[in-house]
Amino acid sequence: MKPARPSRLSIETPEGVVFSFELATPVTRALAWAVDAAAIAFAGMLLAQVGKLVSKVSPDVAGAISVAGYFAISVVYAIVLEWRWRGQTIGKRLFGLRVIDMHGLRLQLPQIAIRSLLRFVDMLPFFYLVGGLTAVFSRNCQRLGDMAANTIVTRERKAETPDLERIAPAKYNSLLGQPHLAARLRSLVTPGVAALAVRAVTLRDGYDPRARIALFRELAAHFRSLVEFPEEAVENLTDEQYVRSVLRVIYGRGDSAHSH
Amino acid sequence: MIVDIPRFMAAERPYWDELGALLDRMDTEPERRLALAEIARLHYLYERCSAGLARLDTFSTDPALRGVLETLVSRAYSEIHETREPQKIRWKALALGFPRAFRRRLGAFQLSLGITLLGCAFGWFAIRMDPHSKAVLMPFEHLLHSPAERVHEEESVKSDRLSGAKASFSAELMTHNIQVTVVTLAMGMTWGVGTLILLFYNGVILGAVAADYIAAGFGTFLTGWLLPHGSIEIPAILLGGQGGFILAGALIGWGGRTSRSDRLRAIAPDLFAIVAGAAVMLVWAGMVEAFISQYHKPVVPYGLKIAFGACELAALTAYLGWAGRE
Repeated sequence: MKPARPSRLSIETPEGVVFSFELATPVTRALAWAVDAAAIAFAGMLLAQVGKLVSKVSPDVAGAISVAGYFAISVVYAIVLEWRWRGQTIGKRLFGLRVIDMHGLRLQLPQIAIRSLLRFVDMLPFFYLVGGLTAVFSRNCQRLGDMAANTIVTRERKAETPDLERIAPAKYNSLLGQPHLAARLRSLVTPGVAALAVRAVTLRDGYDPRARIALFRELAAHFRSLVEFPEEAVENLTDEQYVRSVLRVIYGRGDSAHSH
Repeated sequence: MIVDIPRFMAAERPYWDELGALLDRMDTEPERRLALAEIARLHYLYERCSAGLARLDTFSTDPALRGVLETLVSRAYSEIHETREPQKIRWKALALGFPRAFRRRLGAFQLSLGITLLGCAFGWFAIRMDPHSKAVLMPFEHLLHSPAERVHEEESVKSDRLSGAKASFSAELMTHNIQVTVVTLAMGMTWGVGTLILLFYNGVILGAVAADYIAAGFGTFLTGWLLPHGSIEIPAILLGGQGGFILAGALIGWGGRTSRSDRLRAIAPDLFAIVAGAAVMLVWAGMVEAFISQYHKPVVPYGLKIAFGACELAALTAYLGWAGRE
């Protein structure tokens, strides 16, 4: 079976440290483009109003303003905004996307201009078909303009910490009474499983009761398999309470057993 | 080894905050140059955060904390490892950068010119061998009439046909020609095949029109009509072709050992300079075509129009050939 296309682009620095960017999906990019198209249309409407005013003096100049002005706006809109806003347009800001250099370096004006000008080909034959298909099939979700300019579009990471008071209220957490085991647990839980557990707790009321019990049993079993806490620390804890306690251990960075 | 997250955060948080603040300042004041001490501090903070990220990678998990550190390290990395000069719009540098880029990539321009000339030759012989092919080769309706009819019509015109429409006609020409040039460049992404086809087709039209008018004995009219704007417009489209072949060359990468990504990175400044220069040329050509080219004898003598076009061509050749030479 063909391996799934990576959703992240990892960069290894010369110091040997790896960091990664989450790639924007073609659908999110299409939505951002729709917003940008609307912004360009709005600017075109404003230009038409200016044209109306100018036409009272010279209909010819008004015609020139609307033809050249609309063309200029549609070409330079993305170039100017991505340059001034470091890789973002209105649509990209709204959807949390950003154009970045493929090697993680600073985005340069020629790169921005090239990726924007190559839209003329990406838009062929209609509705970004060439660009859309290229983005769907390319390794790093790049349209032709991105490939030529060495850029990628990423989803901006929001460093969100889950609402701990909701998912794991600050009452006595017996796992924190074992600081070394808690630290070990923190080191062994993968980010993916931690995110899954947060999601399970957040959506718990929407689950069928039996499915909920099964889900928390499975999660608790996974966490128990990673670190074995002494019996007195986990006695009387249901599976769901155990999962919530684990989340408090993972996300409650400054917590200790005594603070609750 | 297990990372004690609370202790780790308490110890490292001030450095992360300091790095974040420094990067924010660099974002908001891109023109500002850092002092040597600030650069040293930036480097220290970057290395410290990188070390922290490496520790988290190996020993611990906390998606949010990892996210914060990754964001900081990636931002600092882009500032520290970037060796290209920050691009600022300096008009003088742009004005000299364009001819320099043109000369650096002269081979691609010669290829662009050669293919257009081949197209011209094809168009010329097609019309001379089969005059009926005009309907297929010429894209504009006004070129389908006989040259004699058109010249008679243009020279006997009593009123200004473009009166009150020159500016909008000029704008339409500019936008259309810029679009053609950019598409010719962008088609370089088809490994140059699209660029080649567009240039050849442009050449065919040009050759066919030239053959039609010259065979009918209206060479002077043709030169007076085309030269004022064509002396700038045609080279601009050839520059689009040059850009397309530069792009194609970087994609194909014959004989080089560098990666495709590095090759594309290397051509980006030249490509930008060439396309920006060509766009400016087409703005000028659009104005000349609307305001000068459409007027013929007796309104504007052909000698004057041809001299004007020749001067433009000479000035363009001098500019592209010598401006910015060191």
